Amino acid sequence: MELSAYKNVYVIAETRDGKVQDVSYQLLGKGREIADKTHSSLHVILAGYNIKNAAQDLIAHGADEVIVIDSRDLQEYLTEPYVQAVYSVVEERKPNIILVGATSIGRDLAPRLSARLRTGLTADCTKLEVEEDGSLFMTRPAFGGNLMATIISPNHRPQMSTVRPGVMKKLEADSQRKGTVTNVTFQLDRPKSLVEIVKVIRKVQSSDRIEDAKILVSVGRGICQETYPLAVELAKVLNGTISGSRASVDCGTIEQARQVGQTGKTVRPNLYIALGVSGAIQHLAGMEESDFIVAINKDRYAPIFKVADVGIVGDIKQVVPALIEEIKKYKQ
Amino acid sequence: MRVICCLKQVPDTTEIKIDPVKGTLIREGVPSIMNPDDKAGLEVALQLKDKYGAEVVVLSMGPMQATEIIREAFAMGADRGILLSDFKFAGADTLATSSALAGAIRKLEPYDIIIMGRQAIDGDTAQVGPETAELLDLPQVSYVKSLEYKEDGTCLVTRKVEDRSYVLRVKTPVVLTVLGEEVEPRYMSVAGILKAFREMEVEIWSADKIDVDVTTLGLKGSPTQVKQSFGKQLKAAGHTYDNVSAAEGAKLILEALIDKNLL
Repeated sequence: MELSAYKNVYVIAETRDGKVQDVSYQLLGKGREIADKTHSSLHVILAGYNIKNAAQDLIAHGADEVIVIDSRDLQEYLTEPYVQAVYSVVEERKPNIILVGATSIGRDLAPRLSARLRTGLTADCTKLEVEEDGSLFMTRPAFGGNLMATIISPNHRPQMSTVRPGVMKKLEADSQRKGTVTNVTFQLDRPKSLVEIVKVIRKVQSSDRIEDAKILVSVGRGICQETYPLAVELAKVLNGTISGSRASVDCGTIEQARQVGQTGKTVRPNLYIALGVSGAIQHLAGMEESDFIVAINKDRYAPIFKVADVGIVGDIKQVVPALIEEIKKYKQ
Repeated sequence: MRVICCLKQVPDTTEIKIDPVKGTLIREGVPSIMNPDDKAGLEVALQLKDKYGAEVVVLSMGPMQATEIIREAFAMGADRGILLSDFKFAGADTLATSSALAGAIRKLEPYDIIIMGRQAIDGDTAQVGPETAELLDLPQVSYVKSLEYKEDGTCLVTRKVEDRSYVLRVKTPVVLTVLGEEVEPRYMSVAGILKAFREMEVEIWSADKIDVDVTTLGLKGSPTQVKQSFGKQLKAAGHTYDNVSAAEGAKLILEALIDKNLL
Protein backbone atom coordinates (compact mmCIF):
# COMPACT_ATOMS: atom_id res chain seq x y z
CA MET A 1 0.00 0.00 0.00
CA GLU A 2 1.38 3.39 -1.01
CA LEU A 3 0.75 5.34 2.18
CA SER A 4 1.58 8.75 0.70
CA ALA A 5 -1.40 8.45 -1.67
CA TYR A 6 -3.67 8.90 1.35
CA LYS A 7 -4.17 12.50 2.41
CA ASN A 8 -6.20 14.75 4.65
CA VAL A 9 -8.55 14.33 7.57
CA TYR A 10 -12.21 13.30 7.18
CA VAL A 11 -14.89 13.52 9.83
CA ILE A 12 -18.08 11.55 9.32
CA ALA A 13 -20.80 13.77 10.73
CA GLU A 14 -23.67 12.17 12.61
CA THR A 15 -27.17 13.44 12.00
CA ARG A 16 -30.36 12.52 13.76
CA ASP A 17 -33.64 13.89 12.47
CA GLY A 18 -31.72 16.27 10.22
CA LYS A 19 -29.71 17.70 13.07
CA VAL A 20 -25.92 17.38 13.32
CA GLN A 21 -25.01 15.86 16.67
CA ASP A 22 -22.65 17.59 19.08
CA VAL A 23 -20.04 14.84 18.83
CA SER A 24 -19.45 15.82 15.19
CA TYR A 25 -18.47 19.36 16.23
CA GLN A 26 -16.14 17.89 18.84
CA LEU A 27 -14.48 15.79 16.11
CA LEU A 28 -14.07 18.91 14.00
CA GLY A 29 -12.21 20.58 16.85
CA LYS A 30 -9.74 17.69 17.04
CA GLY A 31 -9.71 17.21 13.26
CA ARG A 32 -8.73 20.86 12.76
CA GLU A 33 -5.77 20.45 15.09
CA ILE A 34 -4.64 17.28 13.27
CA ALA A 35 -5.06 18.85 9.83
CA ASP A 36 -3.05 21.93 10.84
CA LYS A 37 -0.25 19.88 12.33
CA THR A 38 0.02 17.70 9.20
CA HIS A 39 -0.40 20.62 6.75
CA SER A 40 -3.50 19.04 5.30
CA SER A 41 -7.18 19.89 5.00
CA LEU A 42 -10.24 18.95 7.02
CA HIS A 43 -13.33 17.54 5.30
CA VAL A 44 -16.72 16.51 6.64
CA ILE A 45 -18.93 13.86 5.10
CA LEU A 46 -22.46 14.93 5.93
CA ALA A 47 -24.97 12.20 5.05
CA GLY A 48 -28.66 12.35 5.87
CA TYR A 49 -31.91 13.83 4.65
CA ASN A 50 -32.69 17.56 4.61
CA ILE A 51 -29.32 18.33 6.12
CA LYS A 52 -27.85 20.74 3.55
CA ASN A 53 -28.44 23.71 5.82
CA ALA A 54 -25.96 22.41 8.36
CA ALA A 55 -22.99 22.74 6.00
CA GLN A 56 -22.14 26.39 6.76
CA ASP A 57 -22.20 25.75 10.48
CA LEU A 58 -19.71 22.89 10.04
CA ILE A 59 -17.42 25.25 8.13
CA ALA A 60 -17.75 27.79 10.93
CA HIS A 61 -16.62 25.06 13.34
CA GLY A 62 -13.46 24.24 11.41
CA ALA A 63 -14.20 22.31 8.19
CA ASP A 64 -12.50 23.26 4.91
CA GLU A 65 -14.98 21.29 2.86
CA VAL A 66 -18.38 19.77 3.57
CA ILE A 67 -19.37 16.88 1.32
CA VAL A 68 -23.15 16.68 1.43
CA ILE A 69 -24.96 13.46 0.61
CA ASP A 70 -28.61 14.35 0.93
CA SER A 71 -31.07 11.58 0.15
CA ARG A 72 -34.44 10.34 1.30
CA ASP A 73 -32.81 6.91 1.58
CA LEU A 74 -30.69 8.34 4.41
CA GLN A 75 -33.53 9.72 6.49
CA GLU A 76 -33.06 7.31 9.41
CA TYR A 77 -29.77 5.61 10.10
CA LEU A 78 -29.50 2.15 8.57
CA THR A 79 -26.14 0.42 8.28
CA GLU A 80 -25.96 -0.50 4.62
CA PRO A 81 -27.25 2.71 2.99
CA TYR A 82 -24.99 4.85 5.17
CA VAL A 83 -21.93 2.68 4.58
CA GLN A 84 -22.57 2.79 0.84
CA ALA A 85 -22.89 6.57 0.91
CA VAL A 86 -19.73 7.15 2.93
CA TYR A 87 -17.72 4.42 1.19
CA SER A 88 -18.27 5.94 -2.24
CA VAL A 89 -16.67 9.20 -1.09
CA VAL A 90 -13.87 7.62 0.90
CA GLU A 91 -12.89 5.24 -1.88
CA GLU A 92 -12.46 8.15 -4.26
CA ARG A 93 -10.86 10.64 -1.89
CA LYS A 94 -8.44 8.30 -0.05
CA PRO A 95 -8.28 9.98 3.36
CA ASN A 96 -5.28 9.57 5.63
CA ILE A 97 -7.46 9.77 8.73
CA ILE A 98 -11.19 9.16 9.30
CA LEU A 99 -12.83 10.16 12.59
CA VAL A 100 -16.26 8.92 13.62
CA GLY A 101 -18.18 9.55 16.86
CA ALA A 102 -18.22 6.52 19.17
CA THR A 103 -22.00 6.57 19.48
CA SER A 104 -24.26 3.62 18.72
CA ILE A 105 -24.48 4.90 15.14
CA GLY A 106 -20.74 5.51 14.74
CA ARG A 107 -19.83 2.19 16.29
CA ASP A 108 -22.19 0.41 13.89
CA LEU A 109 -21.05 2.27 10.78
CA ALA A 110 -17.29 2.57 11.34
CA PRO A 111 -16.42 -1.15 11.66
CA ARG A 112 -18.54 -1.98 8.63
CA LEU A 113 -16.75 0.73 6.66
CA SER A 114 -13.26 -0.21 7.89
CA ALA A 115 -13.84 -3.87 7.00
CA ARG A 116 -15.05 -2.85 3.52
CA LEU A 117 -11.83 -0.85 3.16
CA ARG A 118 -9.80 -3.71 4.72
CA THR A 119 -8.18 -1.25 7.06
CA GLY A 120 -7.85 -0.96 10.82
CA LEU A 121 -10.17 0.74 13.28
CA THR A 122 -9.55 1.79 16.86
CA ALA A 123 -12.64 1.97 19.04
CA ASP A 124 -13.76 4.60 21.48
CA CYS A 125 -10.58 6.69 21.61
CA THR A 126 -10.11 9.26 24.33
CA LYS A 127 -6.88 10.77 23.03
CA LEU A 128 -5.52 11.32 19.51
CA GLU A 129 -2.03 12.55 18.67
CA VAL A 130 -0.51 12.93 15.25
CA GLU A 131 3.05 13.08 13.96
CA GLU A 132 3.92 15.53 11.24
CA ASP A 133 4.20 12.65 8.75
CA GLY A 134 0.51 11.90 9.41
CA SER A 135 0.90 8.83 11.64
CA LEU A 136 -1.90 8.74 14.17
CA PHE A 137 -1.52 7.57 17.77
CA MET A 138 -4.90 6.52 19.09
CA THR A 139 -5.25 6.03 22.84
CA ARG A 140 -8.20 4.25 24.38
CA PRO A 141 -9.21 2.58 27.61
CA ALA A 142 -9.38 -1.21 27.74
CA PHE A 143 -10.06 -3.84 30.41
CA GLY A 144 -12.97 -1.91 31.84
CA GLY A 145 -10.94 1.28 32.06
CA ASN A 146 -8.14 -0.38 34.02
CA LEU A 147 -5.60 0.05 31.25
CA MET A 148 -4.91 2.56 28.51
CA ALA A 149 -3.57 1.37 25.17
CA THR A 150 -2.08 3.42 22.36
CA ILE A 151 -2.89 1.89 18.96
CA ILE A 152 -1.24 2.56 15.61
CA SER A 153 -1.98 1.51 12.05
CA PRO A 154 1.53 1.51 10.55
CA ASN A 155 0.90 -0.08 7.16
CA HIS A 156 -2.77 0.57 6.41
CA ARG A 157 -4.69 3.64 5.37
CA PRO A 158 -7.06 5.26 6.10
CA GLN A 159 -6.29 5.33 9.80
CA MET A 160 -9.71 5.09 11.40
CA SER A 161 -10.88 5.87 14.89
CA THR A 162 -14.16 6.18 16.70
CA VAL A 163 -13.89 8.89 19.33
CA ARG A 164 -15.73 8.96 22.61
CA PRO A 165 -18.34 11.73 22.81
CA GLY A 166 -17.64 14.45 25.33
CA VAL A 167 -13.85 14.07 25.23
CA MET A 168 -12.70 16.36 22.40
CA LYS A 169 -13.47 20.07 22.52
CA LYS A 170 -15.33 21.85 19.77
CA LEU A 171 -14.11 25.18 18.46
CA GLU A 172 -16.01 28.41 18.88
CA ALA A 173 -18.04 29.05 15.75
CA ASP A 174 -16.42 31.58 13.41
CA SER A 175 -18.91 32.74 10.80
CA GLN A 176 -16.08 34.39 8.83
CA ARG A 177 -14.39 31.06 8.10
CA LYS A 178 -14.38 30.08 4.44
CA GLY A 179 -14.97 26.63 3.09
CA THR A 180 -16.55 24.82 0.18
CA VAL A 181 -19.70 22.75 -0.01
CA THR A 182 -19.73 19.81 -2.42
CA ASN A 183 -22.95 17.97 -3.22
CA VAL A 184 -22.71 14.29 -4.04
CA THR A 185 -25.63 12.36 -5.45
CA PHE A 186 -26.42 9.01 -3.92
CA GLN A 187 -27.79 5.96 -5.63
CA LEU A 188 -28.74 3.24 -3.16
CA ASP A 189 -27.81 -0.31 -4.14
CA ARG A 190 -31.17 -1.68 -3.07
CA PRO A 191 -30.61 -5.44 -3.39
CA LYS A 192 -27.83 -5.10 -0.81
CA SER A 193 -30.10 -3.21 1.56
CA LEU A 194 -31.81 -6.04 3.40
CA VAL A 195 -32.92 -4.29 6.56
CA GLU A 196 -36.09 -2.22 6.62
CA ILE A 197 -37.51 -0.03 9.36
CA VAL A 198 -40.89 -1.14 10.65
CA LYS A 199 -41.16 1.36 13.45
CA VAL A 200 -39.12 4.03 15.23
CA ILE A 201 -39.87 4.55 18.90
CA ARG A 202 -38.42 7.84 20.11
CA LYS A 203 -37.76 8.27 23.76
CA VAL A 204 -39.20 11.45 25.15
CA GLN A 205 -36.26 13.82 25.11
CA SER A 206 -35.79 15.33 28.47
CA SER A 207 -34.26 18.78 28.54
CA ASP A 208 -31.75 17.53 31.06
CA ARG A 209 -29.55 15.07 29.21
CA ILE A 210 -26.56 14.49 31.46
CA GLU A 211 -24.09 14.54 28.56
CA ASP A 212 -25.11 18.11 27.74
CA ALA A 213 -25.31 19.43 31.30
CA LYS A 214 -22.84 22.07 32.48
CA ILE A 215 -23.38 21.21 36.13
CA LEU A 216 -24.02 17.69 37.39
CA VAL A 217 -24.96 16.62 40.88
CA SER A 218 -24.14 12.93 40.93
CA VAL A 219 -25.40 10.45 43.48
CA GLY A 220 -23.86 7.15 44.53
CA ARG A 221 -24.42 4.27 46.86
CA GLY A 222 -24.24 6.65 49.82
CA ILE A 223 -27.45 8.39 48.77
CA CYS A 224 -30.63 6.71 49.88
CA GLN A 225 -34.31 7.52 49.59
CA GLU A 226 -34.05 9.75 52.61
CA THR A 227 -31.14 11.84 51.29
CA TYR A 228 -31.97 11.87 47.56
CA PRO A 229 -34.23 14.98 47.91
CA LEU A 230 -31.16 16.85 49.20
CA ALA A 231 -29.32 16.04 45.98
CA VAL A 232 -32.31 17.23 43.95
CA GLU A 233 -32.46 20.48 45.89
CA LEU A 234 -28.73 21.08 45.46
CA ALA A 235 -29.11 20.50 41.72
CA LYS A 236 -31.96 22.99 41.70
CA VAL A 237 -30.09 25.82 43.41
CA LEU A 238 -27.14 25.24 41.08
CA ASN A 239 -29.29 24.93 37.95
CA GLY A 240 -27.71 21.54 37.56
CA THR A 241 -28.82 18.10 36.49
CA ILE A 242 -28.94 14.84 38.44
CA SER A 243 -26.72 11.94 37.42
CA GLY A 244 -25.37 8.95 39.29
CA SER A 245 -23.20 5.89 39.54
CA ARG A 246 -24.08 2.36 38.55
CA ALA A 247 -24.84 1.60 42.19
CA SER A 248 -27.51 4.29 42.28
CA VAL A 249 -29.08 2.84 39.13
CA ASP A 250 -29.01 -0.68 40.55
CA CYS A 251 -30.81 0.39 43.71
CA GLY A 252 -33.37 2.35 41.74
CA THR A 253 -32.49 5.88 42.87
CA ILE A 254 -32.02 7.12 39.30
CA GLU A 255 -32.81 5.79 35.81
CA GLN A 256 -30.19 4.22 33.56
CA ALA A 257 -30.13 7.19 31.16
CA ARG A 258 -28.51 9.20 33.96
CA GLN A 259 -25.72 6.74 34.65
CA VAL A 260 -22.14 8.01 34.41
CA GLY A 261 -19.28 5.61 33.77
CA GLN A 262 -17.92 2.78 31.69
CA THR A 263 -21.32 1.19 31.15
CA GLY A 264 -23.11 4.53 31.22
CA LYS A 265 -22.20 7.88 29.72
CA THR A 266 -19.07 9.95 29.60
CA VAL A 267 -19.58 13.48 30.82
CA ARG A 268 -17.32 16.49 31.09
CA PRO A 269 -19.34 19.23 32.74
CA ASN A 270 -17.86 22.43 34.13
CA LEU A 271 -18.78 21.23 37.60
CA TYR A 272 -19.29 17.70 38.88
CA ILE A 273 -20.46 17.28 42.45
CA ALA A 274 -20.23 13.67 43.66
CA LEU A 275 -22.42 12.89 46.65
CA GLY A 276 -21.79 9.55 48.32
CA VAL A 277 -20.07 8.27 45.19
CA SER A 278 -17.19 5.97 46.13
CA GLY A 279 -15.48 6.38 42.76
CA ALA A 280 -14.96 2.90 41.32
CA ILE A 281 -12.62 3.01 38.32
CA GLN A 282 -15.55 2.35 35.98
CA HIS A 283 -17.23 5.48 37.33
CA LEU A 284 -14.10 7.63 37.20
CA ALA A 285 -13.67 6.66 33.54
CA GLY A 286 -16.89 8.50 32.77
CA MET A 287 -16.33 11.74 34.69
CA GLU A 288 -12.70 12.44 35.46
CA GLU A 289 -12.44 14.83 32.51
CA SER A 290 -14.87 17.16 34.24
CA ASP A 291 -13.41 20.64 34.63
CA PHE A 292 -13.97 20.87 38.38
CA ILE A 293 -14.86 18.03 40.72
CA VAL A 294 -16.28 18.32 44.23
CA ALA A 295 -16.75 15.18 46.33
CA ILE A 296 -18.57 14.69 49.60
CA ASN A 297 -18.26 11.26 51.16
CA LYS A 298 -18.09 9.94 54.68
CA ASP A 299 -15.36 7.43 53.77
CA ARG A 300 -12.06 9.31 53.80
CA TYR A 301 -10.45 6.52 51.73
CA ALA A 302 -13.03 6.63 48.90
CA PRO A 303 -11.17 6.73 45.54
CA ILE A 304 -13.34 9.64 44.38
CA PHE A 305 -11.13 11.90 46.53
CA LYS A 306 -8.16 11.05 44.29
CA VAL A 307 -9.76 12.94 41.40
CA ALA A 308 -11.61 15.59 43.40
CA ASP A 309 -10.45 19.20 43.26
CA VAL A 310 -12.22 19.77 46.55
CA GLY A 311 -13.14 16.87 48.80
CA ILE A 312 -15.05 17.01 52.05
CA VAL A 313 -15.06 14.01 54.36
CA GLY A 314 -18.42 14.25 56.03
CA ASP A 315 -22.04 13.27 56.32
CA ILE A 316 -24.25 14.07 53.31
CA LYS A 317 -27.15 14.81 55.65
CA GLN A 318 -25.23 17.66 57.25
CA VAL A 319 -22.88 18.99 54.58
CA VAL A 320 -25.39 19.21 51.72
CA PRO A 321 -28.06 21.24 53.59
CA ALA A 322 -25.30 23.59 54.80
CA LEU A 323 -24.02 23.95 51.23
CA ILE A 324 -27.50 24.64 49.88
CA GLU A 325 -27.92 27.40 52.45
CA GLU A 326 -24.53 28.93 51.61
CA ILE A 327 -25.31 28.98 47.89
CA LYS A 328 -28.75 30.49 48.45
CA LYS A 329 -27.24 33.20 50.65
CA TYR A 330 -24.55 33.92 48.08
CA LYS A 331 -27.00 34.18 45.21
CA GLN A 332 -29.19 36.70 46.99
CA MET B 1 -32.68 -23.75 11.43
CA ARG B 2 -29.05 -23.29 12.38
CA VAL B 3 -27.94 -20.53 14.75
CA ILE B 4 -24.23 -19.82 15.16
CA CYS B 5 -23.26 -18.10 18.34
CA CYS B 6 -19.78 -16.57 18.77
CA LEU B 7 -18.32 -16.58 22.27
CA LYS B 8 -15.16 -15.08 23.74
CA GLN B 9 -13.38 -16.10 26.90
CA VAL B 10 -12.32 -12.98 28.77
CA PRO B 11 -10.68 -12.10 32.09
CA ASP B 12 -13.26 -10.88 34.58
CA THR B 13 -12.37 -7.19 34.40
CA THR B 14 -14.10 -6.40 37.68
CA GLU B 15 -11.40 -8.53 39.36
CA ILE B 16 -8.43 -6.94 37.64
CA LYS B 17 -5.90 -4.99 39.66
CA ILE B 18 -3.12 -2.73 38.50
CA ASP B 19 0.44 -3.09 39.69
CA PRO B 20 0.89 0.31 41.35
CA VAL B 21 4.63 0.41 40.58
CA LYS B 22 4.80 -0.91 37.02
CA GLY B 23 1.38 0.28 35.93
CA THR B 24 0.64 -3.09 34.34
CA LEU B 25 -2.25 -5.50 34.73
CA ILE B 26 -2.01 -8.18 37.37
CA ARG B 27 -3.72 -11.08 35.63
CA GLU B 28 -2.72 -13.81 38.05
CA GLY B 29 -5.64 -15.18 39.95
CA VAL B 30 -8.13 -13.31 37.77
CA PRO B 31 -10.87 -15.72 36.73
CA SER B 32 -11.66 -16.26 33.05
CA ILE B 33 -15.33 -16.10 32.16
CA MET B 34 -17.65 -16.25 29.19
CA ASN B 35 -18.01 -12.66 28.00
CA PRO B 36 -21.32 -11.38 29.48
CA ASP B 37 -22.77 -9.94 26.25
CA ASP B 38 -21.89 -13.20 24.45
CA LYS B 39 -23.66 -15.18 27.15
CA ALA B 40 -26.75 -13.03 26.55
CA GLY B 41 -26.39 -13.81 22.84
CA LEU B 42 -26.23 -17.51 23.66
CA GLU B 43 -29.44 -17.16 25.64
CA VAL B 44 -31.17 -15.60 22.62
CA ALA B 45 -29.89 -18.52 20.51
CA LEU B 46 -31.13 -21.08 23.04
CA GLN B 47 -34.55 -19.45 23.04
CA LEU B 48 -34.67 -20.08 19.28
CA LYS B 49 -33.82 -23.69 20.06
CA ASP B 50 -36.61 -23.87 22.66
CA LYS B 51 -39.20 -22.37 20.29
CA TYR B 52 -38.21 -23.59 16.86
CA GLY B 53 -35.85 -26.47 17.51
CA ALA B 54 -32.91 -24.54 16.12
CA GLU B 55 -29.50 -26.21 16.19
CA VAL B 56 -27.19 -24.00 18.26
CA VAL B 57 -23.53 -24.10 17.21
CA VAL B 58 -21.10 -22.15 19.39
CA LEU B 59 -17.85 -20.86 17.95
CA SER B 60 -14.88 -19.37 19.76
CA MET B 61 -11.30 -18.46 19.00
CA GLY B 62 -8.52 -18.63 21.56
CA PRO B 63 -6.08 -20.88 23.39
CA MET B 64 -7.13 -24.39 24.44
CA GLN B 65 -8.26 -23.00 27.78
CA ALA B 66 -11.22 -21.48 25.93
CA THR B 67 -12.79 -24.97 25.68
CA GLU B 68 -14.06 -24.13 29.20
CA ILE B 69 -16.63 -21.65 27.92
CA ILE B 70 -17.68 -24.03 25.14
CA ARG B 71 -18.38 -26.73 27.74
CA GLU B 72 -20.28 -24.12 29.73
CA ALA B 73 -22.32 -23.41 26.58
CA PHE B 74 -22.98 -27.17 26.20
CA ALA B 75 -24.19 -27.26 29.79
CA MET B 76 -26.58 -24.40 29.01
CA GLY B 77 -27.93 -26.29 25.99
CA ALA B 78 -25.71 -25.70 22.92
CA ASP B 79 -25.60 -28.60 20.45
CA ARG B 80 -22.18 -28.28 18.91
CA GLY B 81 -19.00 -26.39 19.80
CA ILE B 82 -15.98 -25.36 17.78
CA LEU B 83 -12.79 -23.71 18.99
CA LEU B 84 -10.47 -22.04 16.51
CA SER B 85 -7.09 -22.62 18.06
CA ASP B 86 -3.82 -22.23 16.21
CA PHE B 87 -0.74 -20.05 16.70
CA LYS B 88 -1.58 -18.56 13.29
CA PHE B 89 -4.63 -16.90 14.90
CA ALA B 90 -2.60 -15.37 17.74
CA GLY B 91 -2.23 -11.62 18.11
CA ALA B 92 -5.28 -10.87 15.98
CA ASP B 93 -6.93 -7.46 16.10
CA THR B 94 -10.65 -7.14 15.39
CA LEU B 95 -10.30 -7.41 11.60
CA ALA B 96 -8.06 -10.49 11.74
CA THR B 97 -10.39 -12.04 14.33
CA SER B 98 -13.30 -11.36 12.01
CA SER B 99 -11.42 -12.99 9.11
CA ALA B 100 -11.01 -16.18 11.13
CA LEU B 101 -14.60 -16.20 12.38
CA ALA B 102 -15.98 -15.48 8.90
CA GLY B 103 -13.89 -18.35 7.50
CA ALA B 104 -15.23 -20.75 10.11
CA ILE B 105 -18.80 -19.55 9.65
CA ARG B 106 -18.56 -20.20 5.88
CA LYS B 107 -17.68 -23.79 6.73
CA LEU B 108 -20.90 -24.05 8.72
CA GLU B 109 -23.28 -23.23 5.86
CA PRO B 110 -26.20 -23.30 5.68
CA TYR B 111 -26.95 -21.06 8.64
CA ASP B 112 -29.81 -18.70 9.44
CA ILE B 113 -28.74 -16.40 12.23
CA ILE B 114 -25.33 -15.49 13.60
CA ILE B 115 -25.42 -14.05 17.09
CA MET B 116 -22.64 -12.26 18.95
CA GLY B 117 -22.48 -10.15 22.06
CA ARG B 118 -22.40 -6.40 21.51
CA GLN B 119 -18.85 -6.14 22.87
CA ALA B 120 -16.30 -7.95 25.02
CA ILE B 121 -15.42 -6.58 28.44
CA ASP B 122 -11.65 -6.81 27.85
CA GLY B 123 -11.44 -4.93 24.54
CA ASP B 124 -14.77 -3.04 24.58
CA THR B 125 -14.52 -2.49 20.80
CA ALA B 126 -17.93 -3.76 19.56
CA GLN B 127 -16.26 -4.19 16.16
CA VAL B 128 -16.05 -7.94 15.57
CA GLY B 129 -19.79 -8.32 14.87
CA PRO B 130 -20.04 -5.67 12.12
CA GLU B 131 -16.63 -6.59 10.64
CA THR B 132 -17.55 -10.27 10.44
CA ALA B 133 -20.88 -9.36 8.84
CA GLU B 134 -19.06 -7.28 6.22
CA LEU B 135 -16.59 -10.07 5.40
CA LEU B 136 -19.52 -12.48 5.01
CA ASP B 137 -21.46 -9.89 2.99
CA LEU B 138 -24.44 -10.29 5.32
CA PRO B 139 -26.74 -7.65 6.80
CA GLN B 140 -26.15 -6.72 10.42
CA VAL B 141 -28.20 -5.38 13.26
CA SER B 142 -26.21 -4.27 16.30
CA TYR B 143 -27.43 -3.29 19.78
CA VAL B 144 -30.23 -5.87 19.65
CA LYS B 145 -32.61 -5.95 22.56
CA SER B 146 -35.03 -8.63 21.38
CA LEU B 147 -35.70 -10.87 18.45
CA GLU B 148 -38.81 -12.43 16.96
CA TYR B 149 -38.28 -15.07 14.29
CA LYS B 150 -40.91 -15.41 11.55
CA GLU B 151 -41.55 -18.63 9.71
CA ASP B 152 -41.03 -16.87 6.35
CA GLY B 153 -37.32 -16.53 7.10
CA THR B 154 -37.40 -12.93 8.31
CA CYS B 155 -36.76 -11.60 11.79
CA LEU B 156 -38.30 -8.68 13.61
CA VAL B 157 -35.46 -7.22 15.62
CA THR B 158 -35.60 -4.46 18.21
CA ARG B 159 -32.46 -2.33 18.15
CA LYS B 160 -31.96 0.02 21.08
CA VAL B 161 -29.76 3.10 20.80
CA GLU B 162 -29.29 6.24 22.90
CA ASP B 163 -32.43 8.19 22.15
CA ARG B 164 -34.67 5.72 20.31
CA SER B 165 -35.46 2.13 19.48
CA TYR B 166 -36.03 0.68 16.06
CA VAL B 167 -38.13 -2.29 15.10
CA LEU B 168 -36.42 -3.65 11.99
CA ARG B 169 -37.39 -6.38 9.59
CA VAL B 170 -34.45 -8.28 8.21
CA LYS B 171 -34.13 -11.29 5.96
CA THR B 172 -31.99 -14.14 7.24
CA PRO B 173 -29.14 -14.94 7.15
CA VAL B 174 -28.19 -12.03 9.34
CA VAL B 175 -25.59 -11.10 11.96
CA LEU B 176 -26.97 -9.76 15.24
CA THR B 177 -25.07 -8.29 18.19
CA VAL B 178 -26.96 -8.50 21.46
CA LEU B 179 -27.06 -6.10 24.41
CA GLY B 180 -26.14 -7.98 27.59
CA GLU B 181 -28.20 -5.80 29.89
CA GLU B 182 -31.41 -6.66 28.07
CA VAL B 183 -31.23 -10.46 28.38
CA GLU B 184 -30.98 -12.68 31.45
CA PRO B 185 -29.01 -15.84 30.56
CA ARG B 186 -30.14 -19.19 31.92
CA TYR B 187 -28.10 -21.26 34.35
CA MET B 188 -26.37 -24.49 33.42
CA SER B 189 -28.52 -27.51 34.28
CA VAL B 190 -27.10 -30.43 36.27
CA ALA B 191 -27.99 -32.83 33.46
CA GLY B 192 -26.42 -30.37 31.02
CA ILE B 193 -23.18 -30.23 33.01
CA LEU B 194 -22.93 -34.03 33.10
CA LYS B 195 -23.60 -34.23 29.37
CA ALA B 196 -21.13 -31.44 28.61
CA PHE B 197 -18.28 -33.32 30.22
CA ARG B 198 -19.23 -36.95 29.55
CA GLU B 199 -20.73 -37.01 26.09
CA MET B 200 -19.90 -33.88 24.16
CA GLU B 201 -16.71 -33.07 22.35
CA VAL B 202 -15.31 -29.66 21.51
CA GLU B 203 -14.10 -29.63 17.89
CA ILE B 204 -10.70 -27.96 17.54
CA TRP B 205 -10.16 -26.29 14.17
CA SER B 206 -6.76 -25.09 13.01
CA ALA B 207 -6.13 -22.39 10.41
CA ASP B 208 -5.86 -25.04 7.65
CA LYS B 209 -9.43 -26.08 8.27
CA ILE B 210 -11.05 -22.76 7.35
CA ASP B 211 -9.69 -21.92 3.86
CA VAL B 212 -8.73 -18.35 4.66
CA ASP B 213 -5.69 -16.53 3.28
CA VAL B 214 -3.24 -16.79 6.20
CA THR B 215 -2.00 -13.25 5.57
CA THR B 216 -5.41 -12.04 6.83
CA LEU B 217 -5.07 -13.94 10.13
CA GLY B 218 -3.39 -13.31 13.47
CA LEU B 219 -0.79 -10.63 14.03
CA LYS B 220 0.14 -10.59 10.33
CA GLY B 221 -3.42 -9.93 9.28
CA SER B 222 -3.95 -7.14 11.81
CA PRO B 223 -3.88 -3.56 10.48
CA THR B 224 -3.77 -2.18 14.02
CA GLN B 225 -1.01 -2.73 16.54
CA VAL B 226 -0.69 -1.90 20.19
CA LYS B 227 2.16 0.58 20.42
CA GLN B 228 2.12 0.74 24.19
CA SER B 229 -0.14 0.19 27.13
CA PHE B 230 -0.03 1.80 30.52
CA GLY B 231 -1.96 2.03 33.74
CA LYS B 232 -4.46 4.76 33.83
CA GLN B 233 -3.09 7.98 35.26
CA LEU B 234 -5.56 9.64 37.48
CA LYS B 235 -5.83 13.36 37.55
CA ALA B 236 -3.73 15.04 40.21
CA ALA B 237 -5.66 15.22 43.44
CA GLY B 238 -6.85 18.52 44.81
CA HIS B 239 -7.48 19.02 48.51
CA THR B 240 -9.51 16.71 50.62
CA TYR B 241 -10.54 18.10 53.97
CA ASP B 242 -10.95 15.68 56.81
CA ASN B 243 -12.02 16.76 60.29
CA VAL B 244 -13.98 19.81 59.21
CA SER B 245 -17.50 20.52 60.39
CA ALA B 246 -20.40 20.44 57.94
CA ALA B 247 -20.59 24.23 58.02
CA GLU B 248 -16.86 24.61 57.37
CA GLY B 249 -17.02 22.05 54.59
CA ALA B 250 -19.90 23.89 52.94
CA LYS B 251 -17.98 27.16 53.12
CA LEU B 252 -14.87 25.57 51.58
CA ILE B 253 -16.93 24.31 48.66
CA LEU B 254 -18.68 27.64 48.19
CA GLU B 255 -15.38 29.52 48.12
CA ALA B 256 -13.98 27.15 45.52
CA LEU B 257 -17.09 27.52 43.33
CA ILE B 258 -16.92 31.31 43.54
CA ASP B 259 -13.19 31.24 42.82
CA LYS B 260 -13.76 29.09 39.70
CA ASN B 261 -16.65 31.25 38.54
CA LEU B 262 -19.05 28.34 38.71
CA LEU B 263 -21.98 30.10 40.38
